[in-house]
Amino acid sequence: MASKLNLDQNKVERARAAARKVATDTQAFIDRHTTVTVERAVCRLLLIDGVNEVGVPLPNVVVDHLLEKGLLPYGAAYALGNAMAETGLSPQEIAEAVDKGELDLSRVSPHSEAEIRAAIEPVARATVERIRKNVARRNGFLSEYGDKEGPYLYVIVATGNIYEDIVQAKAAARQGADVIAVIRTTGQSLLDYVPYGATTEGFGGTYATQENFRLMRAALDEVGAEEHRYIRLCNYCSGLCMPEIAAMGALERLDVMLNDALYGILFRDINMQRTLIDQSFSRRINAFAGVIINTGEDNYLTTADAVEEAHTVLASQFLNEQFALCAGLPEEQQGLGHAFEIDPARENGFLYELAQAQMAREIFPKAPLKYMPPTKFMTGNIFRGHVQDALFNMVTILTGQKIHLLGMMTEAIHTPFMSDRALSIENARYVFNTMKDLGEEMTFRPDGIMARRADEVLTRAADLLEKIRRDGLFATLERGTFADIKRMRDGGKGLSGVVLRAEGYCNPFLTLLDGGAK
Amino acid sequence: MSGGLYDMSVKSFDRTLDLSRIKAYGDTMNDGKVQLSFTLPVKDDERGMEAARQLARKMGLEEPNVAGAVKLDEDFTFYVVYGACVHTVDYEHIEVKTVESSVMSMEEVNDYIRSHFGRKLVFVGASTGTDAHTVGIDAIMNRKGFAGHYGLERYEMIEAYNLGAQVENGDFVKKALELNADVLLVSQTVTQKDVHIRNMTELIELLEAEGIRSRFVLICGGARITHELAKELGFDAGFGPRKFAEDVASFAVEEMTRRGLDR
Repeated sequence: MASKLNLDQNKVERARAAARKVATDTQAFIDRHTTVTVERAVCRLLLIDGVNEVGVPLPNVVVDHLLEKGLLPYGAAYALGNAMAETGLSPQEIAEAVDKGELDLSRVSPHSEAEIRAAIEPVARATVERIRKNVARRNGFLSEYGDKEGPYLYVIVATGNIYEDIVQAKAAARQGADVIAVIRTTGQSLLDYVPYGATTEGFGGTYATQENFRLMRAALDEVGAEEHRYIRLCNYCSGLCMPEIAAMGALERLDVMLNDALYGILFRDINMQRTLIDQSFSRRINAFAGVIINTGEDNYLTTADAVEEAHTVLASQFLNEQFALCAGLPEEQQGLGHAFEIDPARENGFLYELAQAQMAREIFPKAPLKYMPPTKFMTGNIFRGHVQDALFNMVTILTGQKIHLLGMMTEAIHTPFMSDRALSIENARYVFNTMKDLGEEMTFRPDGIMARRADEVLTRAADLLEKIRRDGLFATLERGTFADIKRMRDGGKGLSGVVLRAEGYCNPFLTLLDGGAK
Repeated sequence: MSGGLYDMSVKSFDRTLDLSRIKAYGDTMNDGKVQLSFTLPVKDDERGMEAARQLARKMGLEEPNVAGAVKLDEDFTFYVVYGACVHTVDYEHIEVKTVESSVMSMEEVNDYIRSHFGRKLVFVGASTGTDAHTVGIDAIMNRKGFAGHYGLERYEMIEAYNLGAQVENGDFVKKALELNADVLLVSQTVTQKDVHIRNMTELIELLEAEGIRSRFVLICGGARITHELAKELGFDAGFGPRKFAEDVASFAVEEMTRRGLDR
């Protein structure tokens, strides 16, 4: 594809090479560590589930026990495998026994590595097989119904009640939505556990639980069968439980996950070491499960200025790409994010939006880019808001964005009404249809405003990435380069859950999930 | 719907403006015209349209016109309705609680602080409770500000600490004491199920229990916050949409003077 923006490929390569070095250097740190949620994810993948009498999830019971006994550096799989070799119990039975105080995993006599592997591998392989079947099922639907050409229409539901969410999601799917995201309740990202069961109470969203995942998946499969379309389900693989949410999503066939390498550090003040380790394992799971991840660069622009800080969006996209590749997640599953957030009062603001979107399209040609609608400059004036959303829709169809998060004219007023969603879908369909091939018809002046703008953003991103390579990622985050937010290496939430791996660390999923399921 | 382009009906109502009995305005004084839209959990058919008309009448709309009906799902239909609202409002006798302070510019605020206090004032802000949204507090505090209005971090005579989102009330108070704050700013964006009211009430109770409420100028803000609500909950002021750092700063410094906290 010839560049419409006359992009300097040397600069693209310079930026990408710097990002690659940053990611591989950081990966070396990641590979020496594990975290409590990585190990709880391992427990979940070994099908430990449920809560105890006081509502603590059993994966937490097991991992807290291992932490207390000093066994976590060896990995949950090691201790569980050892206990399985000794007792012949299943991981779930072991977890229940630990909870009841009947079993102390530090007092089980040690078995050989071969015995432990022999105990754990069949269980791990069974899970991997289940995930592989989920991938096959999705691919089956997609080949039966065909996949959507052009942008996926992505809408959110956020009632707080999973059963009400289902009503709204089905209506949205019938109206034409391709991706349904169930917004999480505010505050879930800071819980160091995953709630359990079907839930009906939440604020600004619904708890991400495995049962809620299952219920919504079944509902969307049902409406998909009626509509003869595959409706994708999206949730949030972010916060303090990234890998656990990924594991739950893989088991219940979610299709799309918000999953950013840096977002939690910047916007939830989660410790940077913790997030970087967590994102790696969560992406390995997502990669295998065929999940498209969405990255969160759009959020930078809700705090920083969309014109002045556009290069940090691009720099972060490069970093997310390279971290994802390190975790084995291919470009085709990288929904790199950006957003339509330039002040509507800005002269030629639309040209800058178009340039940024076209540039992202050209630099990440295989990625199903995620494009976010205006939020920062949405006011109570819903009529103007609908026009802003229409302009946003135009950028998507002109530049081939793939995951198109529909803007709501009632943004900044309330979580969407059923009618808001319908009007929004109608708006997008109108623009997408009436301008379907306009992008193909257009070229931009090689020395015009857009080409010059793209070059400026690319140059600044490449310079920034080279500086990050020199300074290191941790120091860069400490300096407040992204979204004007400073974070300290040892600050933030969740640092106490970071553990140095011991010699003999065991996690069978690191190798079993390598390489993808397709 | 044909023939709707021009309203040819004879206008029999009094067209003089009476501020003690104002009505909604479409294109003629006192025509009472309003537009509204809503969804009903019914099929998209004649019966549904009649239901929409009847609902509009109950809302006080005369001659309701269901201009649009859109099927959202099998049993949900969206209606766009126009009508003439019969109700009037006595505008002359309305009293509204708004924040009463003149709004100074950034430089004027700085000068005011220099002359009245002779030291920098400490503003501590956060989006408290479970609220994860920083957009409100950032608009007021971030150096860059919002829509061309610089944030408090840029004010030379203000030491601004933005604690970010999801700050528990207890931690917020602790930090305020630690930083020797003069002014506390609380941002609330999520208002579902009145979580913001519970959260803001908790903060007041906490401050009162510690006996330190009077030490701070206490201000809240957010898209759904009104001054009246703020006062009711025990805050000194509340700022809704279209208010910027200078509105907040002006009120805060003058309130400190009013309370004799200067010098």
